[in-house]
Amino acid sequence: MAQVTLNSVRKVYPNGVEAVTSSSFKIEDGEFVVLVGPSGCGKSTLLRMIAGLEDITEGTLEIGDRVVNNVDPADRDIAMVFQNYALYPHMTVRKNIAYGLKNRKTPADEIERKVAEAAKMLNLEEYLERKPSQLSGGQRQRVAMGRAIVRDPALFLFDEPLSNLDAKLRNQMRIEIKALQRRLGVTSIYVTHDQVEAMTMADRIIVLNGGRIEQIGTPSEIYHNPASVFVASFMGAPPMNLIDATITGGQVTLADGVAMGALQTSAQGAVKLGIRPEDVQLVSEGGVSINVELIEELGAHRLLHGKLGGQPFTIHVLKDIPVDPGAHQISVDPAAICLFDAASGMRL
Amino acid sequence: MADQTHVQTPRRSINWGAIGDHTVLILGSLFMLVPLIMVVLTTTVPDVDIIKYGPQLKIGDQFDDNFEKAMFEASGFSGANTGMRMLFNSFVLGIGFALGKILIAMMAAYAIVYFRLRFATLAFWVIFTTLLLPLEVRILPSYEVVQQLGMLNTYQGLIIPLIASATATFFFRQFFRSVPEELVEAARIDGAGPVKFFIDILVPLSKTMIAAMFIIMFVFGWNQYLWPTMITTEEDMYTLVRGIKQITQTLEGTNVPEFGRANLLAVIAILPPVAVVIFFQSWFVKGLTESDK
Ligand SMILES: Nc1ncnc2c1ncn2[C@@H]1O[C@H](COP(=O)(O)OP(=O)(O)O)[C@@H](O)[C@H]1O
Ligand SMILES: [Mg+2]
Repeated sequence: MAQVTLNSVRKVYPNGVEAVTSSSFKIEDGEFVVLVGPSGCGKSTLLRMIAGLEDITEGTLEIGDRVVNNVDPADRDIAMVFQNYALYPHMTVRKNIAYGLKNRKTPADEIERKVAEAAKMLNLEEYLERKPSQLSGGQRQRVAMGRAIVRDPALFLFDEPLSNLDAKLRNQMRIEIKALQRRLGVTSIYVTHDQVEAMTMADRIIVLNGGRIEQIGTPSEIYHNPASVFVASFMGAPPMNLIDATITGGQVTLADGVAMGALQTSAQGAVKLGIRPEDVQLVSEGGVSINVELIEELGAHRLLHGKLGGQPFTIHVLKDIPVDPGAHQISVDPAAICLFDAASGMRL
Repeated sequence: MADQTHVQTPRRSINWGAIGDHTVLILGSLFMLVPLIMVVLTTTVPDVDIIKYGPQLKIGDQFDDNFEKAMFEASGFSGANTGMRMLFNSFVLGIGFALGKILIAMMAAYAIVYFRLRFATLAFWVIFTTLLLPLEVRILPSYEVVQQLGMLNTYQGLIIPLIASATATFFFRQFFRSVPEELVEAARIDGAGPVKFFIDILVPLSKTMIAAMFIIMFVFGWNQYLWPTMITTEEDMYTLVRGIKQITQTLEGTNVPEFGRANLLAVIAILPPVAVVIFFQSWFVKGLTESDK
C-alpha cells in the first residue's frame, strides 16, 4: 500500500510537445483516483510516467516514501492494466497470470496458490488452460486484472481498461473493478475519457485539459462546483447549461435582454451562467419563459431542449410531469447557479 | 398426394472458359513435370542407351544399381565423396545456414527495433544495403577473407559468409515492429528483462515467421553452387549440388558418362527441399500472412 506524490511533474516529448504541464497532487493510500479528460489531454502520459514507461522531464514522483524517478517499472511495485489487455497471446491464462511472479522468482507452490486465488476471485477458474484468443473481451479483461492482482502491488494503474468492451459489459466491469479495489484496498489510478466512469468509480477525480489539471475533487465537488467552464461542460450528461449573461448590480440579464432576476454576487459585467438541467423547475407563472422545441424521452426522466434568451438550454424533468413542446415558464434556484468569468472561463 | 415433381437434371452447357483454363494449366504442369519425370526415368535405364538414343521416357531396370553406385560408391580420386557424404554435407550447409541466419537476423532485428541505439536507423540501412551485395558480387574478397582465416574446406567457411546478408533481418524487423507496444510494456512491468522478453515472448510469437524463414533459407542454402565450388576443394566437403557436376565431368573422355548415377543424385538433391516445403507449408503460409499477436 502506498500514497503517490507528484511534485511539479512535467513532460515534454522529444519532438517538443508539452504533453503534461507542471502538475502536483497527492494520492492517499488506498484511494481510487480517476484521471479524466478528452482524448489527447495527457492522461496516458501522466499515467505512464507514474508507471515508469516514460521519463519524467521535470519534477519528482514518489510512490510510498521513495522518489522513483529513476526506478525501473519492474521495481516500482506497481501493476498496470492496459487498454488492449496486452495479454501474452502464446501463453495460457494461467501462465499469463503467473508470468510476473515467475520472473520475481516466487516459489512454484506460492505461484500456484496465488493464481488459484486470483482466478477464484475473478471467476476465471475454468479458463486457466485457455489461450487469450479463446476468451471473450470481458474474460480477457479479467485475466489482465488477474495478472495485476496476483502480484499484490502497492499501486494499480489502469489505462482506459474498459474502452474496448460493449456498453453492458462496461457497466458490469466498472462495478467489478471498483468492488475489487475496495476489497483489496490498493491505491489505484484509473485513466478514462468517459465521465460516467469517472463519476461512478472515483473517490477523487482529476480533470485534465490540454495537459493541465483543471480541477481535483470528489465526484460531488466536481459535479456541483466545477472550477471552470471546461469542467462544467465535460462532466455530466447532459452537460451543464452555459449561457452568456450580464450582471449589473446583482441583476442578471441574458444576452438578448431577458431578465433572469437577482443574484447575491459581487460580480459585474459579462459572465457565463452555469445551470445543471436538473436544477431547473417548471412553474406555472412568474418564471422566465422558455420555448421547448424538442423532448427527449429517457424512461425515468425527460430532457426538454429549447432556447433561453436565444441560447440552447436543456431541462431535466421527472417522468410523471407531463410536458408538451411550446412556451413554458421556469425558475432556477439561485444557489444552484455557477458563475464563470466570460473571458477566462474560470469560476467566479 | 405424393409429390409428382420430376427432378430434372439441368442440362449443363459446356463451360468453354473452364476447359480453356484447365487446358492451359495441364499444359503448364506437363511442361514443368516432363523434365522431372525424365530425370527420374533416366536413373533406371542403362547409360549406354542414353548415349545411343538420347534421353529416354521408359522405365529400365538399372535403378538399384545406380542407387548403389550413387549413394555408396565413391567417385573422384580420394574416394571420399560418396552420395551419402555429399548428402550429409548438404544438410549441414542447408540447416547450418538456415539456423545461423535466423539466429543472427532475429538478434539484429531485436537490437534495431527495441533498443534506442544511437545509430539504429543508420545501422539498419547499412544492413539493408547488403541486399544489393549478394555473395556473388563480393565473392573474391569473401574468398580472400575465408582463405586468410584458414577456413577453406571447413563447414564454417562454407556457411558463415553466406549468412552475412539482410533478407531475414528485414523480415524480422518488420515483424517485431508489428508487435504491440503494450505487450512490451506489460512484460517490462512483469519484470522481464531484455533477454527474458526475447526468449519468453518474442521468440514464441515469431515461431511461424521462423518457420517461414527456415524454409526459404534452407532451400537457398541447399541450392548453393558457386560458393561451395570455390570454397571446397577436398572431395569429402562436396555438397550434392556441386558433386553431381563433378561426376559427369570426371567421367568424360573414353568412358561412358554415368548419366544414371548423376541423375539419381539430382533426384536425391531435389527431395529434401521438397520435403521441407511440404512439412512446413502450413506454417509458411501463416508466417507470411497472419500472426497471432
Ligand atoms: N511518444 C510521443 N511522442 C510525442 N508526442 C506524444 C507521444 N505520446 C503522446 N504524445 C502527445 O502528447 C499528448 C498527450 O497524449 P496522451 O497522453 O496519449 O493523451 P490521452 O491519453 O489523454 O489521450 C498528445 O498531444 C499526443 O499527441
Ligand atoms: Mg490515452
